[in-house]
Amino acid sequence: MTTKIFVPCDAAARAVGADKVAAALVSEAKRLGRAVEIVRTGSRGLFWLEPMIEVQTPAGRIAFGPVKAKDVTDLLTSDFSAGHRLHLGRPEELPFLKRQTRINFARCGIIDPLSLAGYRAHGGGRGIERARSLGAAGTVEEVTKSGLRGRGGAGFPTGIKWKTVADTAADQKYIVCNADEGDSGTFADRMIMEGDPFLLIEGMAIAGFAVGATKGYVYIRSEYPDAIRTMERAVVLAEADGMLGPEAGFDIEIREGAGAYVCGEETSLLESLEGKRGQVRAKPPLPAHKGLFGKPTVINNVLSLVTVPAVLADGAKHYADLGMGRSRGTMPIQLAGNIKHGGLFEAPFGMTLGELVDDIGGGTHSGRPVRAVQVGGPLGAYFPRGLFDTPFDYEAFAARDGLIGHAGVVVFDDTVDMARQARFAMEFCAIESCGKCTPCRIGSTRGMETIDKIIRGERTEANLAIVTDLCQTMKFGSLCALGGFTPYPVLSAIKHFPEDFNRPRLAAAAE
Amino acid sequence: MSPAWDEARAQDILRRHSGRKGALLPILHDIQAEFGCVPAPAIPVIAHTLNLTRAEVHGVVSFYHDFREKPAGRHVLKLCRAEACQSMNGEAFAQQVLERFDLDWGGTTPDGRLTIEPIYCLGLCASSPSAMLDGQPMARLDQDSLDEIAREVG
Repeated sequence: MTTKIFVPCDAAARAVGADKVAAALVSEAKRLGRAVEIVRTGSRGLFWLEPMIEVQTPAGRIAFGPVKAKDVTDLLTSDFSAGHRLHLGRPEELPFLKRQTRINFARCGIIDPLSLAGYRAHGGGRGIERARSLGAAGTVEEVTKSGLRGRGGAGFPTGIKWKTVADTAADQKYIVCNADEGDSGTFADRMIMEGDPFLLIEGMAIAGFAVGATKGYVYIRSEYPDAIRTMERAVVLAEADGMLGPEAGFDIEIREGAGAYVCGEETSLLESLEGKRGQVRAKPPLPAHKGLFGKPTVINNVLSLVTVPAVLADGAKHYADLGMGRSRGTMPIQLAGNIKHGGLFEAPFGMTLGELVDDIGGGTHSGRPVRAVQVGGPLGAYFPRGLFDTPFDYEAFAARDGLIGHAGVVVFDDTVDMARQARFAMEFCAIESCGKCTPCRIGSTRGMETIDKIIRGERTEANLAIVTDLCQTMKFGSLCALGGFTPYPVLSAIKHFPEDFNRPRLAAAAE
Repeated sequence: MSPAWDEARAQDILRRHSGRKGALLPILHDIQAEFGCVPAPAIPVIAHTLNLTRAEVHGVVSFYHDFREKPAGRHVLKLCRAEACQSMNGEAFAQQVLERFDLDWGGTTPDGRLTIEPIYCLGLCASSPSAMLDGQPMARLDQDSLDEIAREVG
């Protein structure tokens, strides 16, 4: 009897040896005379257990991990016994997965990402069917009713964006998917593109149908070669199937970025797609009126678009019933950095930061106390333990001078030097600034220099006042979120960790 | 080794993209894949085909971190320097790697076998520190990984 074994092909699993495990399973099975079938899947998102493989049994799939190539012989000869030291049991029963509500990631890690049959067997395709039955206006209405807000960070209601494009008359409209997931601590877009690419294709096709667009672009950052490859293959398969192409009335082209963080900003991304320097455009006009090539354009984050099929398939109410306040539905939260149980945790809005970091994440990887958590990427605020009661919700984070952004949570232990983190925020802004507006272009460099003076202990109070003032200028004077939000990590570090900005640095002095 | 500049090859690449809207980035990626960089003589050829000025094409090449004006070493190691990797002592690891190969950020070894560059996030943030060697992801980097990198680059 052939044993079916699932091995992730997600980049984070490959980065810790999943390909070697897959190859060892094939060669060792052959040597031992066992019949095995290897199926490559996305990742379940429990990265401390990767490579986590699963074996098909009459009682369902049984997980083992973290597996190294040298464990393979042992696993095969023991017939994947429940007594094996890497035995994890049914993945669905692992607390990290059991506590989730997976809507976006329902199939990720389960199916072969490039099997359309597998996609459909696991509920894929129902969203576009329901959209067609509702009609274009009904589809926009349904998305609006779901309360879905843009998952890229700004949290703008997706339905309203779609309606604006739907109501704008034009000979050509576009759907642009922002897959320029540059925030450190985030990987949800990457995982879904590598693990369930047809879901994104379906979401974009629904958007195209709803607003009257016939062409879509997925702009994927070049740092994600695996995601680019998977999406390109998926598009070819979808065309062959008729899910895309003339019959479907919608085409998708995959475009590769070129290493500019600022291209995650929507207008900069449009410039880049047009073949230009990724410089931010002033708004108005909104992309919904004049976007790509001057045409009305829906530009949505990957996670917004992959939510749409579920909203349509199961109804807006089903989705809107989850969450808290004005943050409806679920959010794929990414637990990252110095964390014991890092990975993808999709849950309805409303869990507190403390639950996420301490209960779900299990505290730090190093075993030392958690000191700071940066939520929302390089432009997000650093929160101390004192703010761990903040619920995961757009408004609750904003009320505490933070943001949830793309829901990356990066944990730091007590060895972190927050003055250096503040300096890095300015440095990163200086490296990645598109150069269009002065507060961002010049302010970031001057900010970095001034924080250097503070770190050296030069006129600390006066220089802190200068940095604070500079942050106000950047916040209110920058064209986009790069310059505008860099003050979040800087000011939060100063506010919550003042002791780090006024102390001699023994380590630095000893260098 | 990447092939030397060859205008006919460049024209082939340009032809493959003819009729494509906003094709400059895909063209530059393909040129770089062919020649290992965007060579200076490519700029006027691309500009002419796309009806752009040379300054416009040069402006795009210089704006994006990915595009090189000179070829990199035979192996390219990109070490992540973003926050998640910082939280796991990625900077200290990166310094060790740089010291081992006696390089600064962006530098290439004198024998041309390795270039080390910074990268800001590979999306492997729950398995930090992370890197990419010749396009292949590596994570949970430790002393063993340093030896593995040294073996790979020969």
